[in-house]
Amino acid sequence: MKKTKLSAPRYRLMKSRIFFYLVCTFSLLTMIPLFLIIGELIRKGYKQFNFDLFTKVAPTSMEAMLARISGDAIPGGILNGLAGTLLILAVAIVLAIPLGIATGVYLAEKKEKPLARLVRNLSDLLQGIPSIVIGVIVYIWVVKPMAGYSALAGSTALAIMMLPMVIRSTEESLKMLPDSLKEAGLALGGSYSAVVLRILLPSSFSGLFTGALLAISRVMGETAPLLVTVLGAATVNWDITQPTTAVSLLIWEFYNDPNLASLIWSSSLLLLLIVLCINLLAKSIAKKWKIQ
Amino acid sequence: MAKMDKLLRGILLTAACFIIVLTAGIVYGLVSQSWDAFASFGFFRFIASTEWDSRNDIYGALPFIAGTVMTAVLAILFCIPFSLSVSLFNGEYFRNKKLSLFVSSVVDLLAGVPSIVFGLWGFYTLRPVLVDLGLSQQGFGVLLASIVLAVMIIPYASSLSAEFIAMVPNDLKEGAYSLGATNLEVIQRVSLPVAGSGIFASYILAFGRALGETMAVTMLIGNTNNIPRNLADTGNTMASIIANQFGEAGGLKLSALMVIGLLLFFITASVNFIAKYIMKLVNR
Repeated sequence: MKKTKLSAPRYRLMKSRIFFYLVCTFSLLTMIPLFLIIGELIRKGYKQFNFDLFTKVAPTSMEAMLARISGDAIPGGILNGLAGTLLILAVAIVLAIPLGIATGVYLAEKKEKPLARLVRNLSDLLQGIPSIVIGVIVYIWVVKPMAGYSALAGSTALAIMMLPMVIRSTEESLKMLPDSLKEAGLALGGSYSAVVLRILLPSSFSGLFTGALLAISRVMGETAPLLVTVLGAATVNWDITQPTTAVSLLIWEFYNDPNLASLIWSSSLLLLLIVLCINLLAKSIAKKWKIQ
Repeated sequence: MAKMDKLLRGILLTAACFIIVLTAGIVYGLVSQSWDAFASFGFFRFIASTEWDSRNDIYGALPFIAGTVMTAVLAILFCIPFSLSVSLFNGEYFRNKKLSLFVSSVVDLLAGVPSIVFGLWGFYTLRPVLVDLGLSQQGFGVLLASIVLAVMIIPYASSLSAEFIAMVPNDLKEGAYSLGATNLEVIQRVSLPVAGSGIFASYILAFGRALGETMAVTMLIGNTNNIPRNLADTGNTMASIIANQFGEAGGLKLSALMVIGLLLFFITASVNFIAKYIMKLVNR
């Protein structure tokens, strides 16, 4: 190597140290947005974060305008959104989780059979589809034939988004079980179904549970697919064939209506808190059971 | 017992086959609905035309394709210094340390923040900053959308590349250290080259995310149907035009939006396929 000033050990070490500090600085900077977002939501939302938020439906633009003119806080909450999110999610869970687990078990059992490989690739393909495209597809297949927007359509869209995640986590957690476990079950004279239902699934329960929680938290805040499938509703609706609203959809409506703008923050704060809590819960379970 | 076995095998097979039916249904649905627009404009004229005129029923997708590619490419460029730092932090410097667990958890939580909340943050917090800096008059536009997109994809790009960097064999690194290499030189000459294709694949996956992101972009890009001429210019992406105009669309316009959906589907699917393919080569 040519002996220049820049190749002297002192300079090389200095360069290395500077790079290390740069990496630390940029890593630190990367963490800032999360805290900025949470901070801003708390700062702007805590005033409206009250009992009404959970017990009253969203106000109309007119009510909000009158309250704004008289200088009061905007009345109402997001009860209709909370009910809608609960309904849509519950149906989506019923649709996606049994199907996802069954497919995951199939993939873990059949490993490299051609059909299993095809299904695994298709599941990866589904995972990559943008959420708005899934919304559009559900519009074609559910909204149009049913001649109207409905909670069921929204659930279908969210279920399609959850499916690949549930399949992947089921397959991964089953794969981590030692083969000896399955062999022991079979050696004791257990049938195939007994081994799958009584040994494999219960032993990987925490993995399946974590996967389901992460899938739920990922679709909970989704707005785009709901925009084209459930339409929105001014009242609480528990009928899955009727138009419904959701917390994320209400935030979108508040954003588009200047009169309702001050409700954005409390409802976003609530949504973010729920999503992050489910996320943290899933991670802590995963850590406790030492799964990835 | 044997009956139970048969039933269970049947259920598992049916579930797996349902995934195939579902995917086929998705592709078929998009293609069949796109047919009208294909028939009246022709595929190449549709993607090469810049006109989007609801009154005369003339539609073209070029501005949205341009907007999508611009925002996604910019987002990747903006995110690289941050996500690469995070992945070096977690995969190289502080591998398996408590500190890296904390940093990676915080960055992963960022992935959990709903898209619409990112949109609000971009609109109410970042937009005024851009206006104050004089980067654009209204703040809306490609630049704002790409910055927020960059923040959104950092977790996807960084967590996967950290894994690839952490997988670099210690022997190689120790060899370099024993020859007197500094930390930086080991990263430059050993870690990054060895983990290179894995890192590249994770950025392609992140790019795929950025292409399909909808809500945040819809709220920030300004929603005008032109090809963005510079960073401060407004535009529309393929996802945002669908989100914006789907509600009021019918007839030929609906079909045109379906074509855009189909295009977006194929673009993201091929991008993801490329990333997965590279990863498969790496793992071998």
